[in-house]
Amino acid sequence: MSDTITIAPEKKQADTGNSNKMLFAMVGIGLMCALLIVLTYEGTKPIIAKNKAAALEQAIFKVLPGTVTTAGYYWDGNAFTPLNGTEAEGQRVYAGFSESGTLTGFALPAVGLGYAGEVRVLYGYDPAQEAIVGFYVLESKETPGLGDKIEKAPAFLANFGALSVAVGTGGNSLKNKIAYAKSGEKQNAWEVDGITGATISSKAVTEALSTSTAEWVPKLYEAKERFKPQTQSHE
Amino acid sequence: MNKHTDKPGFFAALEDSPSADTFLRGLWKDNPVFVQVLGMCPVLAVTNTAENALAMGLATAFVLLMSNVLVSSLRHFIPKQVRIASYILIIATFVTITDYAIMAISVELHKSLGAFISLIVVNCLILSRAEAFASKNTVGQSMLDALGMGVGFTFALLCLGVVREVLGNGSVFGFGLFPDTFQEWIVMILPAGGFFTLAIWLLLFNILKQKRATT
Repeated sequence: MSDTITIAPEKKQADTGNSNKMLFAMVGIGLMCALLIVLTYEGTKPIIAKNKAAALEQAIFKVLPGTVTTAGYYWDGNAFTPLNGTEAEGQRVYAGFSESGTLTGFALPAVGLGYAGEVRVLYGYDPAQEAIVGFYVLESKETPGLGDKIEKAPAFLANFGALSVAVGTGGNSLKNKIAYAKSGEKQNAWEVDGITGATISSKAVTEALSTSTAEWVPKLYEAKERFKPQTQSHE
Repeated sequence: MNKHTDKPGFFAALEDSPSADTFLRGLWKDNPVFVQVLGMCPVLAVTNTAENALAMGLATAFVLLMSNVLVSSLRHFIPKQVRIASYILIIATFVTITDYAIMAISVELHKSLGAFISLIVVNCLILSRAEAFASKNTVGQSMLDALGMGVGFTFALLCLGVVREVLGNGSVFGFGLFPDTFQEWIVMILPAGGFFTLAIWLLLFNILKQKRATT
């Protein structure tokens, strides 16, 4: 290295000039790109947040038939308290109310591990029927055409019209946990009929619902009388 | 791009001006998928339904157009040694912008395309157009080149997507074509089906080209 410097000082000079130029070009482009991304991010942020909130509300309406207003709650360890926006998603519960103000049920998010990462779903629990009455996939990266049948296949979605989650005699656990059944082999009201060609994805959904209902349904069933429509609307 | 003011003359001139050729080359003669066989990852991965293929094609075309314009307008400013890094930076920026834009347009659409939007960054079609064309030509020419290649890419993706959806799912753009008794060819929507379909399209394209060359 030192040889080159002593032998050809001029060349070294030229190289520094050149690397400065490279540096300027890269930094310049980097700054410009950063600016573009920041502008797009800031510009689309409120729209995306609004879209996502609207999508969640629409999803709640979908999983709880007859719902016109919703209210968010979370479990603070002892009781259900209205949301203040800082709770983790896994701790949230959305209560739905009909036009006359009666409780239509609860919408709960649940997460299962699918074929290509997490599958986030929202399901509706109706304490009056003691059953899951609706189901919707919030987010999934399942293989298009195969795994994503959990979002579309009518036979699979039919599982969640009245999936039994009755609370057992003690009141602390479910009579029967939701279980997976091979396609066409569903025997009981608490079993989920899987999809051929999407076994892992439909098992992921079953697992998500099974875990979430086992934890939440007994609590919600016990506290169902305490949910009243709030005067101000929640998003 | 040449500037023309009177309309009929403009179109007449466009017919055999190099600009029209630039556009048509990407569409047919140098089709990115069927002739250059570039960007195979999305071609094989997201063409299992016609809708996914169309959305992916349009998103790629948009990124291609924007990056070609920017690379072309900065072509005197970017030193040769750091050009690839600069191009990737520019491409990644537009992919991120597209990602946000799609999320803002529709959460549903973003859901169905999943991770494939981010993967446009590594689509070698875009980098190859930046390197082989945009860095050596005017902004106007690069724009036409990007449009031609983008439309050609979308067209090719649709060719695969339609065939695979019809055979693998019995529908086109989600509309069912066959009665319930139709037995779907699951293999067509699996990655293997992508290879089969691509091979058949390439075969057809080559036969067509040979016939044209002999006549």
